[in-house]
Amino acid sequence: MAQSKYVIEAKDLKKSYGSAKVLKGIDLKVERGTMLALLGPNGAGKTTTVRILSTLLAFDSGTVTVEGHDVTTEPDEVRSVIGLTGQSAAIDELLTGRENLVMMGRLYRLSKASAKARAQELLEEFDIVEAAERPAKTYSGGMRRRLDLAVSLIATPPVLFLDEPTTGLDPRSRLDMWGIIKSLLAAGTSILLTTQYLEEADQLADRIVVIDDGKVIAEGTASELKRKVGKDRLELTFKDDRTLAQAVKVLGQNVIDSDEKELSATVVIKDTNTDVKETLDMLAKQKIPIHAMTIHKPTLDDVFLSLTGKQKRAEKKEDL
Amino acid sequence: MAVPLVFEKRSKTFMAFNDSFIMIKRSGLHIIRNRDQLLGAFFQPIMFLVLFASVFGGAISKALPPGVTYLNFLMAGIIVQTTAFGSTTTAIAVCNDLQKGIVDRFRSLPMSNLAVLNGHVISDLFRNSISTLVMLLAGLVIGFRPHASLTDWLLIAGILFLFTLAFSWLSAIVGVMAKSVEGVQWLTFVLVFPLTFASTAFVPAQGMGRILKAFAVNQPITQVVEAVRALILGTPIGNHGWLAVAWSVGILVIAMPFASWLFRRKTLS
Repeated sequence: MAQSKYVIEAKDLKKSYGSAKVLKGIDLKVERGTMLALLGPNGAGKTTTVRILSTLLAFDSGTVTVEGHDVTTEPDEVRSVIGLTGQSAAIDELLTGRENLVMMGRLYRLSKASAKARAQELLEEFDIVEAAERPAKTYSGGMRRRLDLAVSLIATPPVLFLDEPTTGLDPRSRLDMWGIIKSLLAAGTSILLTTQYLEEADQLADRIVVIDDGKVIAEGTASELKRKVGKDRLELTFKDDRTLAQAVKVLGQNVIDSDEKELSATVVIKDTNTDVKETLDMLAKQKIPIHAMTIHKPTLDDVFLSLTGKQKRAEKKEDL
Repeated sequence: MAVPLVFEKRSKTFMAFNDSFIMIKRSGLHIIRNRDQLLGAFFQPIMFLVLFASVFGGAISKALPPGVTYLNFLMAGIIVQTTAFGSTTTAIAVCNDLQKGIVDRFRSLPMSNLAVLNGHVISDLFRNSISTLVMLLAGLVIGFRPHASLTDWLLIAGILFLFTLAFSWLSAIVGVMAKSVEGVQWLTFVLVFPLTFASTAFVPAQGMGRILKAFAVNQPITQVVEAVRALILGTPIGNHGWLAVAWSVGILVIAMPFASWLFRRKTLS
């Protein structure tokens, strides 16, 4: 069978608990060797989606395939190609780091020798060698997560699910984790990551699916999403308030914000190529010197707020 | 990756056994690492034995058949009580696993789901064997004098083995159904305590009221106690041996698939 372009494909995924509809028809695809980030607030349905895709949870309707295997009819085939790192570190607290790795390796059907060798390799790679013979309950939060991730990589699965892998970590440990995840991507692993941190999705993911209230509300690359909502802004800073005042007068309606303390004026630019030049030309014509300038791209925060805000308003309309 | 990985390619059945084996090893390591529990497995039986023998001995020995000391009478009862309570560790272990994320991890692996339960049940068997041996040795020190032959001891081991297995699977059900570890402790206590005390484990049935006696002489714990006691004292075993085995096998046949079904259902929704 020819390998499909997509390692994970979910179509019209629905799941309810009693009358509570948790997923209202989720569609998503993860392209081979890339990362898709599932971005959404708490309770949006991220974890439910991951649990379904990784065979842990039954669902009501829709189809899900991982590496071409249906999660409902061929769960064992799916399980042999996936690794899962959940929100709470799923490691055995009474076993040592090494014992955890070897045990999970054996359960992944690795031979004894392979499991041991791979465990050693991961302990080194994840900087857990010194704590390898200590029970996992003595580990720090960051070390626990590293061990947890190492465990899910024991059989080098081509598909990885990371459910909020950095929630609750300190900034330093989060950066470490990002580094590890980036190197996994570089090695060709396909990853589905869930996160509530916009920066994380922005930093790591090739594509982002924003979900809220069990529905996909936006999809695309980080810059596509940003373009969809916000416009780029050009912030100009001047030497003194006299030049600032002149500039504001020259640019007229284009100025959306001016700050006398910072001596800056902000202009919306629709097209980076033409609008920036135009703005600068207008100032140059009047011989107004510019002290500094920066282009601000909209952040995912802007995207997220505006998207989920819109969603709320749309719902209110439905209610009426 | 630097290390080339070799995967086992064996039959499904072989791998299922292998999974259980790995999980038994895991639970076994838990027994060793969990020092408080291990100390309990050593000292609780000794404490019970000494307390019961010295507190009840004088009063109850008059009701015993001539020539039978209370310690010799008590031994079977206290062994069965200890194994019954020991089996409830399965419930705690299963509940613990379910509360933490580790069951999800196991379930995301291509392993046999039941291996998790198997691991806990079988490791209970180990711990119970340790407790029983400790108790027998302590008993010998304070004056326990069994009349059992080697064959009798093997039969005793067999009966206790089946009984522990049956009770551990029962307690696996409790472990899957309970919402918290505290709940498990409370539930197993309420289930096991009356069963062991409303039996002939510590006193002969003669002195009990009519209803209590009817319950006591017919319930499974009494059958197991009486079978083991007859083998220890070298007295006729009557129907107790068969009934003990029948109860254990009966419980096992129902509890094992039920626990497995519950576990699967619980972990899927």
